[in-house]
Order: sequence, then structure tokens, then C-alpha cells
Amino acid sequence: MSGQEVVKSNSQMVQKEMITRNYDRITGGTAKVSSTFVPGNLNELLMCFDIANNLPEINAIQNAMRKKSGEMIAEAERSGHSEDVCTYVKCDIGMMAKGNIAPNGKPFPDPDVLLLSYTGCFTFMKWFELLREQYKCPTVMLHVPYAADGRPTKNMRDYIVKQLKEDVIPVLEKVSGVKFDIDRLREYLRKSAIAENDLVWMLESSKHKPSPVDCYFGGVYYMGPIFTAFRGTDEAIEYYRLLRAEIEQRIALGLCAQSPDGDMPEENYRLVVEGPPNWTSFRDFWRMFSEAGAVVVASSYTKVGGVYDYDGFRHDPDHPLETLADYCLGVYTNRNLPTRVDMLARNIVDYDADGLLINSIKSCNSFSAGQLVMMREIEKITGKPGAFIETDLVDPRYFSAANVKNRLESYFQMIDQKRRAGGSAAAGAGN
Amino acid sequence: MSFRPVGEIVAACEAIFEDLSFAKAREWKDAVPGRKVIGYMPVYVPREIVHAAGMLPLGILGGGADMEVIHGDAFYQSYICRIPRSTIEMAINGKLDFVDGMMFPSICDVIRNLSGIWKLLFKDKYVRYFDAPQNFRAEVGGVFYANEMRELRDGLANLAGREVSDDDIRRSIAVYNENRRWVNKVYDFRAAFPWKAPSAEVYLLMRAGMVLPPEEHTLLMREYLAAAEAANRPMRDNCRVVLTGAFCEQPPLNLIKSLEMSGCYIVDDDFMLIARWLLEDVPTEGDPIGNLSQAFLLHSAETAAKYEPDVARKGSYLIDSVRKRKADGVIFAAPSFCDPALLDKPMIISRIEPLGIPYIHIQYAENSSQMQPIREQSGTFADSIKLWSAS
Repeated sequence: MSGQEVVKSNSQMVQKEMITRNYDRITGGTAKVSSTFVPGNLNELLMCFDIANNLPEINAIQNAMRKKSGEMIAEAERSGHSEDVCTYVKCDIGMMAKGNIAPNGKPFPDPDVLLLSYTGCFTFMKWFELLREQYKCPTVMLHVPYAADGRPTKNMRDYIVKQLKEDVIPVLEKVSGVKFDIDRLREYLRKSAIAENDLVWMLESSKHKPSPVDCYFGGVYYMGPIFTAFRGTDEAIEYYRLLRAEIEQRIALGLCAQSPDGDMPEENYRLVVEGPPNWTSFRDFWRMFSEAGAVVVASSYTKVGGVYDYDGFRHDPDHPLETLADYCLGVYTNRNLPTRVDMLARNIVDYDADGLLINSIKSCNSFSAGQLVMMREIEKITGKPGAFIETDLVDPRYFSAANVKNRLESYFQMIDQKRRAGGSAAAGAGN
Repeated sequence: MSFRPVGEIVAACEAIFEDLSFAKAREWKDAVPGRKVIGYMPVYVPREIVHAAGMLPLGILGGGADMEVIHGDAFYQSYICRIPRSTIEMAINGKLDFVDGMMFPSICDVIRNLSGIWKLLFKDKYVRYFDAPQNFRAEVGGVFYANEMRELRDGLANLAGREVSDDDIRRSIAVYNENRRWVNKVYDFRAAFPWKAPSAEVYLLMRAGMVLPPEEHTLLMREYLAAAEAANRPMRDNCRVVLTGAFCEQPPLNLIKSLEMSGCYIVDDDFMLIARWLLEDVPTEGDPIGNLSQAFLLHSAETAAKYEPDVARKGSYLIDSVRKRKADGVIFAAPSFCDPALLDKPMIISRIEPLGIPYIHIQYAENSSQMQPIREQSGTFADSIKLWSAS
């Protein structure tokens, strides 16, 4: 089934072009290039220095979707990296060993700076320490404390702002030769907030029945511009306007969410999903849901690069450095487990979902450690059934299609039984 | 000073080590009404502040080799290390019911998220995730860290129902300075005379320090050193190794014994690094929290959980240790699924290889039981050093 042609929407095509343009800029040889991470991604700040934004997680995803990640991981393991550790890291290191070729077929340049936004993931620190060995370029750490009590404190915010002022900005000035202009940053942040409003509208559109979008498999496409190199740009504003118009039309036509094979004919199950998707068999994985008429109405992964719908965060141009700090502090994996439980439980209620599915990722302890407790807590709060599957990000060895499909089918049966027993109403009835 | 024979001291330490109900800590708590016990996990928390609040800092280092984990496995997937599952097991089984609060240092995502599990499961307990700075400039990371310690002090003061004064903290700094000096003396003694202070003994002695009040632990180390110096033990033709990577989940005691039995004297290690984290005495004059902050920023150990801003310094802590302890080689001993240790290892290897320092890598879990393969590996390593090293 993976050989079938994939049906893409206009917005997906536009998004693909945007990502391609960014790769062309990165590999074009004229712009200075920073490597940084999706969570805590300071795109607006990098734009102030005309620095192109290269994101190694996205490169790993691209390689996985092109079925190249397996050999890259094997290469890294041959060079001494443990089987036990994050496969994003190994995919990146293996990619370097295999010529460091970007998805556009051109070689990646060595980055001019590694912006180590240490946000919500311990592995980030080791990852860039490892890259620093290879690239020998300036590395600047931005330590984002963990919001362990569920909210950022003044001390945390002040610490981040100080790091921005005294470490990050001076290094970026030096690397780029461009003087920092805070008004330029304000302007980008103003644009970020406009796009973020439409982004949140999109996320909440799945409250409709049937949901016009899938907020996990489709959601990772919709997140692309805001989580990568386009937040703060006119292109992102335009993209989210286009997406919004597209979704408004889908709602007007009463269409179900899209699948890899076009519009889903019916919506049988509405799910909230916790955890990243598997990328090596992304479309096969997606079809396991869409063929059963299961749509994901909310997911935590679409908050990994920033949470905008839970507590109303928008970038604030009036407090430019403070808002960057708040953004970093608020990304999903930087929030404590009780907050994550609350967020997902609210999603189940607000989006009238049938339950919670956790895709537990072998590579990613930041997401995975504690998910079994989260599932039990969320079941307790909502009374809706939870289910648990295990895959990996980009390591094809850890995607067992038969096993995942079997568990999903059992889960859908469980939801059916619950309904028969008087639990959730059948999904898909128009509202 | 009169002292017990070394075997008796070690037996007492082993009894503390094996007692997962922490009777010694319970006794301490029950001796005076109102006393509180605060558990902490590896690698480092400023125990001085807990002590200054009149509380007992209690090191929680997992369930060890023999504890059966039943509930804990329902909390964690198979690909997550063992220490959080055995720690949860202890909590659910009531072994930690006397512990009034828990501190979870910023070491990795698993321990970080364990703090959230604690908040969800044990809502009546004090829970503190303790973030240490990864920025080591006094006016940036130093200020942040000092404020975090003040928040900790205020939280503990609230729990204690009394103020924690600067003088309280100064006194506790002095107590821990003294404790650290004796820890270092024990390590120095072992490096000089490894046959007189076997690593399994030193390990048990340090584990006792995770449970006993620091003053009592200091006395115990003094007694052990006197007894060990007096004991007449045969010197073996072992090689000398530094063991690294075991800073969080602890190896089974049998693994430490196996390494020495196979021909490797461990002359330095990173077990319970908290006891030697600060590399110099912390000043007892002036602002005590500022002093603890400065000590962390400027004079603390290097480990995988800590960012090294200067790429040229990466691995230098281990290399210095190899040189200072006159070690012949390095054993990388990492727990399975330990992101910090396993991700750090290739970088450290790239530093020691050009220096011609031989190394091997072993992986363990706290309940690993098969020691024969490890003995064979370390025995071969010891033989290769003895046969082919330049010394």
C-alpha cells in the first residue's frame, strides 16, 4: 500500500515548496547557517542576523521518509554509538558520515554556528556536543530551565533573557557581522503572532464533526512553517491564511479529514494522540488510522515546537526577549507531567474524543518516560479508554506494522464496546 | 582513636546498603519529633541546604540487585533504564513512606519526568525538580542558580516550619567540607594502596554516606581509614583502572567485586559523585548561597549531565584522574539506556585514544546477575595491559 500515489492539498504543496526553498537557501552558499532545534527554535532572532535556520530533527525526518535513515543509523552505530540512544542523533551523525547531503541533493555546508537551544530534551545537549566535535564552529548554549511546577518563574525568565543578551546575541552578531536591531525583532514577532492566531484556529477546527483535519498526521504538515524557518515571515502568514481558507471550505462542504489517499469517506473514531509519529513508515502508519475511519483531533506532537492553544501564548512584540523566553519555557516537553496530563485530558473533553492513544517512542525519553502513568491519569479524569503502542522516530527496526495494526484494531474494538455500553457517542454525526 | 576491625566496619556499611527500608534514616527521624527526611537522586543537589533546615538528606540510588520489581515495570517501557522503575517500586511498597520530600536533579529526561510522576502519585509530598545551570558565568548562571537555591531553602523552611538562616547554611557547609575532605582522603588512600582498600569496601563506605547524617559518616570514614591502614592485606598484581559512567544507576556490588577479582584495581570512579562533586572547600564566610553557587560554577566535577562550554576541556576531568591516580586504563561502565553516559562516551573516547589510554566498555543494569562475561572481559583487559603496556 505504500506504493500508492499520495493525495496532497494545496497547502501541503505550498508548505513543501517553502521547505524546499529553505533547503536551497541553506545549501546555496551565500547565507550564514545556524543549526538549532525545533523546540525553542528562535527563528525570529536568527532572522535578525540574516542567518538561515537548519534543523537537524527535520533532516532526520526527511531521511526517514525517504527510507534512508536506517543505513545512517547503522553507520553511526558502527562508529561507536550505542543502540540504546536517540536515533535522531544517530541519523544525523550517520548522514554526516555519508556525505551530509540535504534533501535537495546538494551537500549541507558546515554550520557557522550551533545554537544549542537546550529546551525540553536532555539529548539536545549531547547532540550538539557531538556535532561540535565535527564542525568546530562556535557553539552557543541557551539553557531553558524545566518548568517543573507547571509554570515559568521570574528567575527562569530572567535567566533566559540574560543568556540571550549576554551570550546568544553577541555570538550571532559576531558570526553574521550584523548588528542586532530589536525593532527588527519586534516586527518579526508581530508577524509570528498573526500566523499563530490562524494556527490556533486550525488546531481548534477539529472540534467540528466530522473534523476537517487530522491533527497528527496532517498536523505535522500544518506545523511545518511555524515550527521551522518561517515563523515571523510573511510567507508563514500567507500559508496559514491559505490553510484556514482551505479548512473553512472543507467545513462548509462537510468533508472528513484528509488521508494519504484523499478525503476520508467517514469519521468513525476521534482520538487524541500523545507522542511523536513514526517517520520510517509514516504513510502506512497513517493509513492504519484512516482506513478505520479514525481521525486524530488533537495531539501533543503538534505542540512540540510551541504551545499556543493551551494557555493562549502568542509572541509579544512589546516584550521581545521576554516573549522568546516564555516561548521556550512553554514548549510541550518542557512542561511537567501534571500539565501534560491536564492538557491532554482537556483535549479529550473539548474535542469530544473517544480516547487517548499513546505512541511511545523508543528514542525519546523526554516524551516517553512517564507516559504509562499519564495514560492511567487521563483515563481516570476523562473516563475514556487509553491505548499504548510502541514505535520509534527514524529507526525502521522499531516499527512492527503487524503489531501496531493489531493493537490499533483492538483499541477501536474497545471503543466500540464502550459505545455499546453507553460510553462515547458514535463520532461523525454532524453538529 | 580506637577503632573496630575493618571487616566489622564494612559489615556495618553493607547492612546499611542492603537495607532498602532505610532503618538508619528512620531511626534518625524517630529520635526527635518533627524531624524530616528529604530524598535525592543522583547526580548532585546541594545537601548543605537540606542539612541546614535540620533535615536528613537521603540518597536514593535505586533498588539494587536483589529487589524484585513488580509495580515499577508497569510504569516504564522496556527501553527505559532500571533506576526509575525500582525507585517507584520502593515508593509504592512503602519503603519511602517516611520520606517527607524528594529532590530530582537535572540529570536526564527520565529522572526529570520522574519528578512529574512523583507529583502525580504522591500529592502530599514535597517534590522539587532541581535545575542546575548549564551557563557557568557568575552573573548569568550563577544568579539563576543562587535563586534556585533560595527557592529550595524557602520551600524546605516552609516544610520545617522554621527559618533557615545564613548561619545555619554556613554551619552545614562546614560539615560537608569536612565530610568531603574525608571522602577525598579515602579515595587518595585507595589510589595509593588499592590492595588495602578494596573498591567494594570503599563503595559500601560511600553508600553509607547516602543514608547516615554527614557527621556520623565522617566519623565512620575516619575509623575505616585507620582500620584499613592497620590491616595487613596482600598486594595483587592488578592493573589500575578508572571507572566512569556509573554516576546515576549503580552497578551491582558483585560487578565491582568482579572487576577487582579479574585483575583491575579501581583507583577512581564516579559512583555517588555527589560526595566529591565540589572540588574545593566552600568558604564558610560571607554569603553562603553565593558561595555554594560559585563552588558549583567554578569548582565542580565534570560529568555527562553537565555541559562543557570549552570543547578543549571535554574529557579533561577523566584524563586528569587517570594521570593523578596513575591509572593504566579506563573502564566505561554505563547503565543500559543511559542517555548521558552513552552519548558522552564516544566524545570521551576520542580524547583518551590519542593519549594511548586503553579502555573497554561494559554495560549493566542495577540487577545484572551474570558477572562471568564481565569478568572475562575485564580480565582480558587487565592481562593485555600487564602484557603489552609500556610500563
